[in-house]
Amino acid sequence: MAETHGHEAHGHDAHAHHEEGWFTKYFFSTDHKMIAKQYLFTGMLLGAVGAYFAYVFRMQMAFPNKPVPGYGLVTGADYNSLVTNHGAIMIFWVAMPVLIAAFGNFLIPLMVGCDDMVFPRINRLSYQIFLLSAIVLAASFFVQGGGFGGAWTAYPPLSAKAEYSLTPLGPTLWLAAVALEFVAFLLGGINFVTTAMNSRAPGMKAFDIPMAVWMIVIASILFMCSVGPLVAGAVMLMFDQQVGTGFFDPDRGGDPVLWQHLFWFFGHPEVYVVLLPALGFVAEIITVFSRKRLFAYKTVLYTTIGTGVLSFFVWAHHQFIAGIDPRMANVFSVTTVLISIPIAEMMFVYIATMFGGSISFSVPMLWALAFIVEFLLGGVTGIFLGASGADIYFHDTYFVVAHFHYTFFPIAIIGTYAGLTYWFPKMFGRHMNEAVNKVHFWVTITSFNGIFLPLFILGSAGDHRRIFDYSNFPELSQPWMQDMRVFATVCLLIMLAAQPLFLVNFFYSMFKGKKAEANPWNANTLEWQCPSPPPHGNFSPLPEVYRGPYEYSAEGRDQDFWPQNSPT
Amino acid sequence: MSAPSPHSHEHHPDAHGGAHATNYVKIWAILLVLLAVSLIGPELGIRTVTLLTAFGIAVVKAYMVAKYFMHLNIERRFVVQLLVVCLGLMTLFFLATAPDVMKHWGMNWRNESAKNANIPEAVHHEAGAEAGHEAAPAGHEAAPAAHEAAPAAHGAGE
Amino acid sequence: MVRPIATTRSASGVPTGRLAVWWLIASEIVIFGGLLVCYLLHRLGHPEWATYASHTNTWAGAFNTFVLLTSSLSAVLAHKAAEEGNGAKAANLLLVTCGGALTFLVVKAFEWTYEIQHGFTITANGFWAFYYTAAGLHGLHVIAGAIIMLIVAADARKGKELQRVELIGIYWHFVDLVWIFLFPLLYIAK
Repeated sequence: MAETHGHEAHGHDAHAHHEEGWFTKYFFSTDHKMIAKQYLFTGMLLGAVGAYFAYVFRMQMAFPNKPVPGYGLVTGADYNSLVTNHGAIMIFWVAMPVLIAAFGNFLIPLMVGCDDMVFPRINRLSYQIFLLSAIVLAASFFVQGGGFGGAWTAYPPLSAKAEYSLTPLGPTLWLAAVALEFVAFLLGGINFVTTAMNSRAPGMKAFDIPMAVWMIVIASILFMCSVGPLVAGAVMLMFDQQVGTGFFDPDRGGDPVLWQHLFWFFGHPEVYVVLLPALGFVAEIITVFSRKRLFAYKTVLYTTIGTGVLSFFVWAHHQFIAGIDPRMANVFSVTTVLISIPIAEMMFVYIATMFGGSISFSVPMLWALAFIVEFLLGGVTGIFLGASGADIYFHDTYFVVAHFHYTFFPIAIIGTYAGLTYWFPKMFGRHMNEAVNKVHFWVTITSFNGIFLPLFILGSAGDHRRIFDYSNFPELSQPWMQDMRVFATVCLLIMLAAQPLFLVNFFYSMFKGKKAEANPWNANTLEWQCPSPPPHGNFSPLPEVYRGPYEYSAEGRDQDFWPQNSPT
Repeated sequence: MSAPSPHSHEHHPDAHGGAHATNYVKIWAILLVLLAVSLIGPELGIRTVTLLTAFGIAVVKAYMVAKYFMHLNIERRFVVQLLVVCLGLMTLFFLATAPDVMKHWGMNWRNESAKNANIPEAVHHEAGAEAGHEAAPAGHEAAPAAHEAAPAAHGAGE
Repeated sequence: MVRPIATTRSASGVPTGRLAVWWLIASEIVIFGGLLVCYLLHRLGHPEWATYASHTNTWAGAFNTFVLLTSSLSAVLAHKAAEEGNGAKAANLLLVTCGGALTFLVVKAFEWTYEIQHGFTITANGFWAFYYTAAGLHGLHVIAGAIIMLIVAADARKGKELQRVELIGIYWHFVDLVWIFLFPLLYIAK
């Protein structure tokens, strides 16, 4: 049935697009699917830049003061800049545009059953501002003194004074890029939330909304409610850098700890901003490939909201050694440990969903399972750092680095691969090569653990994360420690070498892959009930919704799935 | 004012049924009177009265503008709740940050410049009644050498 | 551009445009809120700032409060006119509101010129840094609001997009609200 509608829609589509030029179609499009692809490809490009930075500074760690192939000799300032921008790029220009903006744009209108975002032109504007922010960021690498090197947290006074950071314009451009990126995501977030609130298909009630949409919407709300103080703080820091005010400069009566509070009041909810969409993808994938209902839909939803609320109460656990009031440190230790409860609950729900299901280990399912395993490791190691006493020892060591990579890698990389492999047939109307993707999966997951497990050990042994050359620290440059660094770097090289497998497969399949039918996974949600790829306007006619998104293996039906828009 | 349920005009997004009942000019006049009252404080020069009237009246004015001009009185409840949550988050931010930002020394550190900027001025310009205000510990009033005395005051406080 | 069907739906009971404005205002509350919390923290931690603040001109601030309150009145009257379908009247009232915005900015310009000439620049001390940052950020919102209002008024005069009169009105009241708090914070508390 969906097929016939698809043909009609295709015919309509061809007429509508007849007179559009290439530029209008690919750059000035207001279609949510095109904007999603713009975000996706920009995010992937910047992901490559971030990965290149990681390659350069890991080579410096493993083989200090030897020229890095493809870069040259890494100086101390270079190292700082590379680390800073690796962090900033991976979070602000990879995780956010891909997980929230690309998937949010693509999925929300399709999953709630409407033809586009509610504000298509604001949607286009948000991408253009995002692109501008990426350009400003790229420009900051080429100014006098190089890019900003004050860590992605940009703590003053290091970030406030050119004498300290040795680059007069780098910090300001970096800050401007971050601020522009925030503006882009505020506009995008308003669009996502309003679309999901107002434009749902007739019959779709709150508990009929797929988890992926819920999670992206809750993430957007978290972003909107937490980023404000940092926007104000960015303006203040920029004045400190360029005008000479003293908001955060203790020499002039300012308070650097205030910036840390402003930053982490946003920075911690931000972790959940990127985590939630990934959790949403995992929920979709696990139900489809286990052929089972999501275990406890409402529990997951309420837990997500609870996580969102709690995430506003934990931020100062990043500042335990910054001289904050010890009484507040106690409070934040408790809230930090508390937040593991809702997350653990979600993990249990996902495992319970799989229990007794007929699981097929397709590539998206492998990524989803890997997400659960690796994120669990990241979460558990967080308990060491959430306890303020233990954090005094672990703070700023590689233990912290390993911990947050065990959270962010599952979120940004595993979550993206899970989503891309799952929705690729819908996005491009073709299938990727499954065998190549499986090889890519196993190499990536194995080498990921090879990179970061040694860093836990090195961190516990005292490796400080801001040191770019350990040869001057005898107790940190013992042979076994250096061997571990080399091992981690080699694993990184293997992981980077495996990525072209995916990329080539991705771009080849986009044009030459096996044609995909409308609903290749036999899924229930609305995006699979329109043609692949969806035409302009998505559905014809627009669907009505009769049931929740996870009615798999329902009793008394011939098929083991039951599309949301099927009347019977 | 009896606000009709917003459900009733879903099909006319512009129609704010209850809005017509509000006399906007009257609200505006009350706002101007409040503004005038808030100016009495600084004219009298009594600090406590000034602060109470200024901020009390600001809250009242804000409430009236939000209720009658922004029509929150006839808006769906979740909108009001959303705005209140955002204000609540700012209160949370204030309360959790205040113990750090509003003090100038801790167990093993002192923010000398902030304190130096602070104490002489406080003693010169705000002698007596003011110096004890704003949570300044007793050490503050102790004279020009206040910042030497501060750690002691802190120690005593522990 | 053809408006998508998505825009015309209203599952939450609030029309899409107004819903978006509320979300915008929610995110603006935390932007201004963050800035004002920083100011408050510093102000309460630095009693001497009261003496710096004594150089602000209370009467200029009060006059600007009066201007913004009045422009809010004309904005809400414009909304009423738009509801009654009277686009021309709504447009005229929006122009009155724009006049308020312009008056506000002119008063601010004179005020700042005077202050800067007397040495109270943004780098003078923490209080003046916050004074210019907070009022400047607010001023940018005034300018943005006025520009949008001109566009909305031009459409309303032709009887088009009348629902936007309400939307820009809500935004304008929010700008007014921020000033209602900036006035005592920067001008009265001394």
